[in-house]
Amino acid sequence: MIIVLVETTPTGEAVEVSREALTFARELAAEGGGVPVDAIVVGEPSADLVTTLASYGVRTVHALTGEAFTAYAGAAWAAGIQGVRGSSVVVMAAGTPRGNEVMAHVAAREGVAMAANVLSFSGLAPFVVTRQVVGGAALEEMRLGDRPAVFTVAGHAVEATPAATPGPADVQVHAPEIGAADLVARVVSSEEPEPDLSGTLKSARVVVGAGRGAGSSDGFADLLELTELLDGSLGVSRVVTSLGWRPHHEQVGQTGSRISPDLYIPCGISGAIQHWAGCSSAKTILAINTDPDAPMVTKASYAVIGDLHEVVPAINAEIRRRRGA
Amino acid sequence: MKVLVCIKRVVDSSSEVVLTDDGQAVDGRYAGFTTSAHEECAVELAVQIAAATGGTATVLTLGDADAVEQLRAALAVGCTAAVHVVADPQTFGPADVAREIAAVARDYDLVLLGNDAADSGDFQVGIRLAYELGWPVVNGVSTVSVDGTEVTASGAGPDGHETYRVPLPAVVTILEGGVEPRYPTVPGRMKAKKVEIEERQPTAEPVGPARVRLLLPPPTPSDVQVLGKGAEAAPAVVDLLEQLGVLAR
Repeated sequence: MIIVLVETTPTGEAVEVSREALTFARELAAEGGGVPVDAIVVGEPSADLVTTLASYGVRTVHALTGEAFTAYAGAAWAAGIQGVRGSSVVVMAAGTPRGNEVMAHVAAREGVAMAANVLSFSGLAPFVVTRQVVGGAALEEMRLGDRPAVFTVAGHAVEATPAATPGPADVQVHAPEIGAADLVARVVSSEEPEPDLSGTLKSARVVVGAGRGAGSSDGFADLLELTELLDGSLGVSRVVTSLGWRPHHEQVGQTGSRISPDLYIPCGISGAIQHWAGCSSAKTILAINTDPDAPMVTKASYAVIGDLHEVVPAINAEIRRRRGA
Repeated sequence: MKVLVCIKRVVDSSSEVVLTDDGQAVDGRYAGFTTSAHEECAVELAVQIAAATGGTATVLTLGDADAVEQLRAALAVGCTAAVHVVADPQTFGPADVAREIAAVARDYDLVLLGNDAADSGDFQVGIRLAYELGWPVVNGVSTVSVDGTEVTASGAGPDGHETYRVPLPAVVTILEGGVEPRYPTVPGRMKAKKVEIEERQPTAEPVGPARVRLLLPPPTPSDVQVLGKGAEAAPAVVDLLEQLGVLAR
């Protein structure tokens, strides 16, 4: 069987990238001749979650419960997965920070290889996966010869799609004994993030981006106004946070947030690989840049050639004019 | 206390990525080399913790002869010793690297690494190292401090700002954003040049990274539609915003 770690939102729903991982698992299972796909969740699953998992074709939902799972510990999650994985040939998760961390624990404990951020597979014998490296600017074909094969699926590698035929999604509740050593590194406190932190950036429908072209820490007023007019979030390039113009939690890129809005409006951002790694999942990109040959412009769907300090106020005025009318 | 911080020489990926002819590595001849961003922050934290505890910060890398450049850069910002495991990093997989670091790390109280390398993006060396050593590991945090025999580390998690407290010795992997790496000073650079770097040979033959080959994503031809130039483009932009349905209110 294939076993997939499914992460949930604070309200108990399966996160989109985990549903993508389930979709990937189903494709892999079909290629393997109809291998069952099981899900692992942490905590008692809600009825809605079980319904969702059924719609993705899940056979069994393994719920890890008990005191050991009330606060996050990567080693404890891995131990829990090991306890229920049985003879799984594949153990996988979404390529989130937690997904990558827990799969690394599983791989280290099992003494097998692990592939992070897989996009596709190209064969079962040998099992070869293609994954993102260099922030997605290059790909690596990697052979996963060990069993279980352990890997994570890159965000938006596949589209989350329910199965043609729902699975039974029978719930099995486990409350495994977790050794003290696996609970040493455990979250002891977590505070709600401030509302403007990167959580909203990651889930925003519209993101207005700002790069070096902003000019200085005083150059964001028009961009913030556009952000507000579009009810979006502000995202910035690494240069902007390195120069101290804006806080790090607004950074989009390989070492910041990865965003997937319906519309991304990068203003004065040339589009270095580091930044592209964080915004390439945007559905539509409208670039505003003085340089018509900047990578961000050539990769965009739409562009305006010009200085953001002239273009953005004009857009703001036009939006206000139409709304005021 | 003794802090060990592990860094990797990687190709500077701010420009176009070029692969070597054999498809086994990113070619850095034109782009130049740097240290992964997360690791620059790990170095800064190591130096700060060493200063706060009256201890030492030692930098380690596994790399070819040229990786001395990155070790010297870390020495120039406050590390006082360096260990160079001389090896071709392309032939070492994450488990190999973890084993080689473990051979050095047992003499230290705290090992800091980047959360993931900017090139290979394996997301696992720190965790494998912790299992080699039998130490706890905290992953993906941006601030770290040490109080006596305990390390406190925190960063952004899915449930908010998360804090861990673990006893030493421990492994912690760092994400950019919690500290500002300092710039090297001229005296710092001078001092760095004089530090004798401890060279080591790998303790075992590497298993390797299971890499078949690297490839570049297929180029997507530009089909950008230019809406106009300067402020005059505003009506066309707002038409597009209406068409995309992001303007409705």
